[in-house]
Amino acid sequence: MHIEIRNTAFEPYQAVQAYQDKLAAAGQYGATAVFVGTMRDFNEGDDVKAMELEHYPGMTENYLATISQQAEQRWSLLDSLIIHRVGELWPNDPIVLVAVWSAHRKDAFEASRYLMEELKSKAPFWKKEHLTDGHRWVEHNTPG
Amino acid sequence: MVIQVRFFASLRESLKLSDCALPFESAMTVEQVWNKVTNNQPLPANLLCAVNMEYVSLQDAVKAGDEVAFFPPVTGG
Repeated sequence: MHIEIRNTAFEPYQAVQAYQDKLAAAGQYGATAVFVGTMRDFNEGDDVKAMELEHYPGMTENYLATISQQAEQRWSLLDSLIIHRVGELWPNDPIVLVAVWSAHRKDAFEASRYLMEELKSKAPFWKKEHLTDGHRWVEHNTPG
Repeated sequence: MVIQVRFFASLRESLKLSDCALPFESAMTVEQVWNKVTNNQPLPANLLCAVNMEYVSLQDAVKAGDEVAFFPPVTGG
């Protein structure tokens, strides 16, 4: 289990490969579920030029660790990785990576979905969008 | 002893306040902390609150040395 909050860009597929290369469970995992969330250049009918992502340092990491532990208790997992951006982002930048390794696909699929939905609904992050004519805070996430 | 109070995102901007310290005088709830630090401003709809980085309700108790945080609905991911 690994959690990283970072204020610089990252390449999610390289991050998955690098983490997997160091997994002690090599030979045991038959399923890897990967979710990548990427910044769009539109929202609610408006062009979005850039975005600021704020978080609550300490509480965000604690919350992501808690849901990762809950996922490990609920499903049979070999490992999990969550990376989330904060700071200034531009369209097409990866925002979030959730990757889960398990022996069989059911555990990896269900645990990755659980982690993303818990992250989106309760992890303390906030998005502020920069539009052509000002900026606004995103008030709620779209339903999963 | 004091209580540390923090505000995030749109709430921090609308209150023009990111953090403050409140002297701890007697037992109080999270809602009473809000009332003291904001001079009884109405509670925003969908307000979220945490004590020592764990989600709590407005009726939960706060003790000396606690960190209380108020913030709007979260929008990460």
